Amino acid sequence: MSGGTYLGMPAFPEAASESTQNKQLRANLTHATHTIRDKRAKAVAELADWPQLRAAGAAIKNRTLRHLDHYLEQVEAAVEAAGGHVHWAADADEANRIVIDLVRMTGETEVVKVKSMATQEIGLNEALGEAGIRAYETDLAELIVQLGDDLPSHILVPAIHRNRSEIRDIFAKEMGNWGRPAPDGLTDRPAELADAARLHLREKFLRAKVGVSGANFMVAETGTLVVVESEGNGRMCLTLPETLISVVGIEKVVPTWQDLEVFLQLLPRSSTAERMNPYTSMWTGTTDEDGPQTFHLVLIDNGRTDTLADTVGRQALRCIRCSACLNVCPVYERAGGHAYGSPYPGPIGAILTPQLRGTQSKLDASLPYASSLCGACYEVCPVAIDIPEVLVHLRERVVQGGEVTLRGSRTTIKPAKGHAAERAAMRAARWALDHPAALRGGQRLAARTRRLHPKRLPGPGKAWTETREVPAVPAESFRDWWQRTRGKETK
Amino acid sequence: MSTREQVLGRIRRALADVPHGETPDDVPVNRDYLRMHGERSAEETAELLAENLADYRAIVHRTTTAELPGRIAALLAGRGAGRIVVPAGLPPEWLAAAEGVELVTDTAALTHRELDAVDSVVTGCAVAIAETGTIVLDASPDQGRRRITLVPDHHICVVRVPAQVVDSVAEGLERLDPARPLTWISGPSATSDIELDRVEGVHGPRTLEVVLIHE
Repeated sequence: MSGGTYLGMPAFPEAASESTQNKQLRANLTHATHTIRDKRAKAVAELADWPQLRAAGAAIKNRTLRHLDHYLEQVEAAVEAAGGHVHWAADADEANRIVIDLVRMTGETEVVKVKSMATQEIGLNEALGEAGIRAYETDLAELIVQLGDDLPSHILVPAIHRNRSEIRDIFAKEMGNWGRPAPDGLTDRPAELADAARLHLREKFLRAKVGVSGANFMVAETGTLVVVESEGNGRMCLTLPETLISVVGIEKVVPTWQDLEVFLQLLPRSSTAERMNPYTSMWTGTTDEDGPQTFHLVLIDNGRTDTLADTVGRQALRCIRCSACLNVCPVYERAGGHAYGSPYPGPIGAILTPQLRGTQSKLDASLPYASSLCGACYEVCPVAIDIPEVLVHLRERVVQGGEVTLRGSRTTIKPAKGHAAERAAMRAARWALDHPAALRGGQRLAARTRRLHPKRLPGPGKAWTETREVPAVPAESFRDWWQRTRGKETK
Repeated sequence: MSTREQVLGRIRRALADVPHGETPDDVPVNRDYLRMHGERSAEETAELLAENLADYRAIVHRTTTAELPGRIAALLAGRGAGRIVVPAGLPPEWLAAAEGVELVTDTAALTHRELDAVDSVVTGCAVAIAETGTIVLDASPDQGRRRITLVPDHHICVVRVPAQVVDSVAEGLERLDPARPLTWISGPSATSDIELDRVEGVHGPRTLEVVLIHE
């Protein structure tokens, strides 16, 4: 994986058939996801009221989403009253243009960045680069990704696909091209690698005039933004620069200050399996003589209102980006994050990406199928997103087409190509189930010829049986057996 | 039409299924979760705070108001700290026993680089949360600007017990003023970015010492 772009990536099955062959990747992922899985279960078990917290988290997000216009107007007014400036962006291009203009107004040509899903989603670093502005990622894992000219593969730990010795090699080779080189004789001890990052980035923090961040939460009633993090790079970017630009998805708003008591318990335990993450920053507009004196909040839609228009799919907007669903997913563990072709991998990506971007491309149409529907993701989700329900819903959309909202307009989409056999099979099944005599005849014929059935289907059924055996047909159908043994009683 | 109007319009159309007269309060939020987890005496709460801070690699000390200056002096001497940044409103007696150190007062004029040349920072705090092992700073006069507890590599934070200690996140939030810039600190800076293994010490202070003073 290289080149730093998701454009033109293959559909999930092709990408996954390649990534599952990568033994190093699979070993790295298995190790990391199993470590965090067990820790998370322990952190969650500490709280006897976890189910109640989870239900409250879901309910608060539902309240927000059902009255999103109200809360956005409220947060906008509160941020402006506290000295901040609020901008609105309908899509990625508009958001990038706004940020570029804001950076240009400062006269600077570089920015330091806090890890942010929203800015990855809109491709901000690339857009800034084209505008002659260099963006430095400062989260350790994002730094590994940036130095390695790579793509993130996990929401929380974007470099989860790299092990310590790969990271050592990237640091030793690339740090010098971006600033202070890695210390001589760098080993692959994680503490030493973290230390190398500290030295490399310190100079950038101290001279930075512009910081760019996302936010985990925005509190409507107070205008407070919240960033949770571990390393302190977030605090550096949020407090040392003169100008701070926060790019935040419109669904990140929560109604009240009190609501944070729910999310500040749900998020750290679900994501890093900690009682609390090392650092949480909260700021409301600007503060005289403390931190950035200019604060811009860029609110982005970029497909979120389209998602909101789908009454089944909108629950995906409750997501607080904890990544617990990735860590328990058997498909993610084997395929890795890159196969999902977006900054949002894993189960949440499989329902979020096709809604934010639509299901027109082959990749996006394949995502709802990137799951075995085992339901482990739903079980661990701290805001109870029924991911399997949305997956099935989106499969229906892909196969049948129908009415959706795309970039704000109601549109009827055609059924996706490549599902003709599935549709034909479903039509045939419906016809057979409506015609009992034909069904009986067919079942008897199948039973009589059962020894001749192949294990793999030819023609359009071939793909289906590549990973499954054709189920064995019993010698006698249930209906015939019932007729033979109990037929007289029921008559 | 401005983008703002466009986005708000899209939201309203997307929510066509929400009944016209419904208000946010009509959407039920059941807060039947616990306000705190378990029952503890004030002393037990302080004990839990110390335990949880230590669990995330903060170094915890317990002392009395009278012995605090001596303790702080010893901690600074132990690290060989020569330059100490202090918030403008730090009680002066806290550093009364520290000898041979240069005190740098937190002002707006202090540059980031000057701050980077400082060895340690000593502050108070706004509130400490026992269940999560968290101290919260709110930039009050005894805590200073946010950056002074970030750039130096060693942070000594004094917590008054029991006055500043609460049990839970919910109680902590109630005591805080959202209008102030807030920093929640749970152990020294850390990362889990290498193989999801926790390593302490990245960009923030790599050593966090919390001194609980029993009043």
